[in-house]
Amino acid sequence: MSALLAIAAFVAVASTTAVVLQRRAVHALLYLIVSFFALAVAMLALGAAFAAALEVVVYAGAILVLFVFVVMMIGAEGPIPGPRAWIGPVCLSIVLLGELAYAFLVEPGLLAPAGSGTPPAVRPKEVGMALFGPYAICVEIAAFLLLSGLVGAYRIGRRDAGSRAGGGKP
Amino acid sequence: MSAQDLQLALALAAVLFVIGLAGMIARRSLVFMLLCTEIMLNAAGFAFIIAGARWGRPEGQAMFIFLLVTAAAEVAVGLALILALSGRLKDLDADEIRSGGA
Repeated sequence: MSALLAIAAFVAVASTTAVVLQRRAVHALLYLIVSFFALAVAMLALGAAFAAALEVVVYAGAILVLFVFVVMMIGAEGPIPGPRAWIGPVCLSIVLLGELAYAFLVEPGLLAPAGSGTPPAVRPKEVGMALFGPYAICVEIAAFLLLSGLVGAYRIGRRDAGSRAGGGKP
Repeated sequence: MSAQDLQLALALAAVLFVIGLAGMIARRSLVFMLLCTEIMLNAAGFAFIIAGARWGRPEGQAMFIFLLVTAAAEVAVGLALILALSGRLKDLDADEIRSGGA
């Protein structure tokens, strides 16, 4: 059994459990970011490097930052969380960092480079060929979905759409 | 990928999905419910990745990308709804919405 995968799985389960148990949304967001990092490491251990990069960039980088913006805009959270709030996520992240450093520096064979292993790990090029070959119609439907999401979010969030648009609690 | 790795990874995906589901049921705050939706979507995407890695096929990662798109659109609309509701409800409680709001 791959120790890389096992440790990442432990960190993912621990941080996701912490997400559900937090009282405040900001703390839960911190743990959720760590959970996505752990899943990215697990994907890397499975040989899906492209998906791991997307997990960090899109999920942790874009979607959760959107969450942070909205939680701060609602303003129900009070002051910025102090050191006691982020000590747990930092400890879990350090475990992941140590794991990655070990995998990259000490034993590069753990990471299953693209094109090796049985079955061979999937290269990003093959993913792109599949996306724009047999699944091109799905890519276009995804574009429709994103556009409708954009229009819907704009319509719902418009200033005169509801009784409130920009203020939050005084 | 060994059979043990496959089992461990699939168990991880299942456990994450169940944690998200339990949170969705237990927490009544709208922000937390949206977060739990994200956890569940992510676990499902991870299962796609596992299957793609097991058979050495690119379709798993392609489906993960489609799931990312779905999650992004869903979060955009959901967060806009939360923002629109946040002025009318006191603490964004789902039960409060059902009972007609404040």
